[in-house]
Amino acid sequence: MADVILKGRAFKFGDNISTDHIIPGRYAHLRSNLPELAKHAMEDADPSFPQKVNKGDFIVAGNNFGLGSSREHAPLVIKMSGVSAILAKSVARIFFRNAINQGMPVLICDTDKITSGDELEINLSRGIVTNLTTNTQLTFGKIPQVMLNILNEGGLIPYINKYGDFKL
Amino acid sequence: MAKTLSEKILSIRSGSDANAGDIVIVPVDLAFVQDTTGPLTIRQFKETGKKLANPSHTVIFIDHAVPSPNRQLSNDHQFLRNFAREYNCLISDYGNGVCHQLVAELLANPGDIIVGADSHTVTAGAVGAFATGMGSSDIAVAFALGKTWFRVPETFKIEITGKFSEKVDSKDLILYLIGRIGADGATYKALEFSGDAVSKMPMSQRLTIANMAVEAGAKVGIFPSDNITRKHLEKQGRGDKFKELHADDGAKYEKIIKIDASALEPMVSMPHTVDNVAPARTLEGTKIQQVFIGTCTNGRLEDMAIAARILKDKTIHPNVRLIVAPASRNVLSMAIKKGYIDILINAGGTIVPPGCAACLGLHQGVLADGESCLSTANRNFKGRMGNPEASVYLASPATAAASAITGEITDPRKVK
Ligand code: SF4
Repeated sequence: MADVILKGRAFKFGDNISTDHIIPGRYAHLRSNLPELAKHAMEDADPSFPQKVNKGDFIVAGNNFGLGSSREHAPLVIKMSGVSAILAKSVARIFFRNAINQGMPVLICDTDKITSGDELEINLSRGIVTNLTTNTQLTFGKIPQVMLNILNEGGLIPYINKYGDFKL
Repeated sequence: MAKTLSEKILSIRSGSDANAGDIVIVPVDLAFVQDTTGPLTIRQFKETGKKLANPSHTVIFIDHAVPSPNRQLSNDHQFLRNFAREYNCLISDYGNGVCHQLVAELLANPGDIIVGADSHTVTAGAVGAFATGMGSSDIAVAFALGKTWFRVPETFKIEITGKFSEKVDSKDLILYLIGRIGADGATYKALEFSGDAVSKMPMSQRLTIANMAVEAGAKVGIFPSDNITRKHLEKQGRGDKFKELHADDGAKYEKIIKIDASALEPMVSMPHTVDNVAPARTLEGTKIQQVFIGTCTNGRLEDMAIAARILKDKTIHPNVRLIVAPASRNVLSMAIKKGYIDILINAGGTIVPPGCAACLGLHQGVLADGESCLSTANRNFKGRMGNPEASVYLASPATAAASAITGEITDPRKVK
């Protein structure tokens, strides 16, 4: 199988970006109107994010990205905004599982060497991030096999629809 | 091999020898959603084309936005009610209260596997259940298959000894612990509470601690099932559901953290992260405009009693609004019978219906720009109470009540 390669720009965030930063509770009334909800993605971390982000770009964060609520709307609005992967030093437990369940790759790596605007090329199959702006490379940790199986089907619901059950 | 509580429950329920790091598939005893996560879950569930695996163990809670503040949420509520009718599952509507409180009162049993589309599902760990919050895809699949997968977590043992001093309680302890280990200090781990202070700790206090385990990133916050658990179940008419559950001697812990309860003092978590913790006495002079007593963390009858004791024959500060949300219908009814509600309203408080109320920033107490609220809830993230230009401090009911009187953050030991 050919390597899976993603390419885009980095949007850098700090530590402890919570699900309330990603999609605040005050927009709960938009949760059954996902295109409207997605217009507020990352609003409390960077209000201009939805306007600036382009299809394929990356969210690059520090420690404990996605802490807080279990709302799967958080990875969902990130996905709808066009982001193709999330890179972080560490990710909160529920968010990690939710992102994979939405078919969104989450890569754990040392993000200190990435700044906003850097052009990145990610080889998902080999676990390598190439920073085209600084001409440096990083490796990211392996995604556990169960989650990789779910990710490969594009998320948990498509996975269950294909196999009918968990095939661990 | 000697097992932690999590390993024990997951071994029994998966029918395998489950040890930290293993992946297991387990049947789910209770799966639930609430009104802000439910609609997405149900749409995903419908995509699977399956029936509910276990309608009588599937619950829809309408608790986060009650009564509904706008038409969109009203439509979501209607969608949820229609689903419950069509699929014949349980539904808890307006006025019953916050999902986690109701699960603890009515549904959670020791050794159960409980999953909810709400991160504070961990609360049921207080009754010895392996209970955790998940996203809507996972809950949709739990609805459809009646099972889920887990990686068996490593465990931190939290050993609590000694006795709380006056006006210090388990909220101060859990804030202290999160301050010590950090908001990601226990990510992916189980927190298991034990020690002589735990064996005497009432259920209401255990629930507060278990509730906030997720604020340290933990997957579960679990207590042994003992005599106190038995009494709690008996009081709810579920004595037959009791089974004793303890970790084995010699179980392997990744870390052991010891806390002397007698050395603790009233603690406050400052904006905008839960682990930003300081003793209340060091924050004196910090003005607040709103005090919120309630939520799945501290909206129980015992919390109403603490607040009423401090506010009896007192009046809140003229610059403060006091909002009180009992966590369930039962809590409200008992608080009326015991006279707590009368004390709270006469002190100047506003009682709102059982539910999440101001906690998540939808309604019933959204803050103005530049305002600060002292809340008994579990989260103080930027924007949490509906306004990113406002600040939220977290503390115990005692600290909240004392601060309502003075209009600034106050160590409750200073109020007579
Ligand atoms: S009371 Fe607050 S923390 Fe608890 S379930 Fe409701 S919104 Fe969540």
